[in-house]
Amino acid sequence: MDKYIEVPFDKSVSDSLNAGDYVYLTGTVYVARDAAHKRMMESLDQGRELPFDIKDQTIYYMGPSPKREGKVIGSAGPTTASRMDKYAPRLMDMGMTGMIGKGKRTNEVAEAMHRNKVTYFAAVGGAGALLSKCITSSEIIAYEDLGTEAIRKLEVKDFPAIVVMDCHGNCLYN
Amino acid sequence: MREVSVEAVTDAIEEMCIKVCHELSDDMKACLFNAYDNETSELGKKILGQLKENLEIAKEEMIPVCQDTGMAVVFLKVGQEVHFTGGNITDAVNEGVRRGYTKGYLRKSVVSDPIERINTKDNTPAVIHYEIVPGDKVTITVAPKGFGSENMSRVFMLKPADGIEGVKKAILTAVSDAGPNACPPMVVGVGIGGTFEKCAIMAKEALTRPAGEHSSIGYVKDLEEEMLEKINGLNIGPAGLGGRTTAFAVNINTYPTHIAGLPVAVNICCHVNRHIQWEI
Repeated sequence: MDKYIEVPFDKSVSDSLNAGDYVYLTGTVYVARDAAHKRMMESLDQGRELPFDIKDQTIYYMGPSPKREGKVIGSAGPTTASRMDKYAPRLMDMGMTGMIGKGKRTNEVAEAMHRNKVTYFAAVGGAGALLSKCITSSEIIAYEDLGTEAIRKLEVKDFPAIVVMDCHGNCLYN
Repeated sequence: MREVSVEAVTDAIEEMCIKVCHELSDDMKACLFNAYDNETSELGKKILGQLKENLEIAKEEMIPVCQDTGMAVVFLKVGQEVHFTGGNITDAVNEGVRRGYTKGYLRKSVVSDPIERINTKDNTPAVIHYEIVPGDKVTITVAPKGFGSENMSRVFMLKPADGIEGVKKAILTAVSDAGPNACPPMVVGVGIGGTFEKCAIMAKEALTRPAGEHSSIGYVKDLEEEMLEKINGLNIGPAGLGGRTTAFAVNINTYPTHIAGLPVAVNICCHVNRHIQWEI
């Protein structure tokens, strides 16, 4: 079933989404992958705040290629989400409601999704040129020294994704 | 001796890196188009359609096909009659990668140390496999390797008693475990025989063989065809969401091995299986 979803979204939206839904996301998402997650966890461990308020936000696991002149961003497809499994439950417990990536997740992640009403979307891996066309703005907001792994704030329009794990315990990969 | 300037190698590699990350080879394109026509899963077909569109956008607008433009793997077959002039050949290869990834707006994904993890910011060094061959030519193959699928690759040190059935099981295990993480449809490179490292390098090189070209060894060709059919029966499908298109090709290379061993390496590549070969 095709659905048009505005991001950020709250837990009630997660509640309404089911594994297998084909969605088009419009609004704001944050981009972070391995190194940015590691650094965010170190910040939290030291009692500092995250670079952005994570409540109701969606994180896109992605590291873009550099942009050419006149473009918003380079190629921008999802990376494998399981590498962030170690960090994701903590962010969900802090209010994150969505994740975009690709591939399977651990049981710990599934439990945290259920507990916090979080949705995991898959974007099509290896379609980075196509997906870049759905990104209307990109701004680095933290950790610029990490290069492609910096935290970015993106505006997306009709970004295609599939609900692969919902907050009700269903997984499309199984 | 034939003199070859290392600058010519640098220039070639620069151009090859840029080209291969923006446009897939004809064999890979043909695989995708063919799969789109034959996929029976509705969602699978929709995803394959997106991948086709992705290739068009990448080529027309010069946006890399995938943002993970890989670690640059370079196979250099050097004729023994060649004399390189003008500098160090390894430096020349890395300079080509540096220029290609910088000028081509390709992602810099290499860190200088596996534990300290500081990005080198120019995607060097490359992983270079040298081979001395007869003749006076230099054959360069550039195959930037993405790590979503690289992380799902495996080496199995089987026993001789495991035989061909053990090899089949190893291949299917690696592909099943890879599932959606490896961005299927995949290309599966397999190395059988040799030693621990030899089978892995063979598996990597097998990925650079055009999809659809088979081994010249009878039983290996049969194994390639049987494995492709079995893999496509796993219902992993495009993006791991079900369907008949799980792999485009299974390419297998073999080498003599030890009386006590049967090494098998399975190097998995996503549908963005980049390989380009030039001769100087």
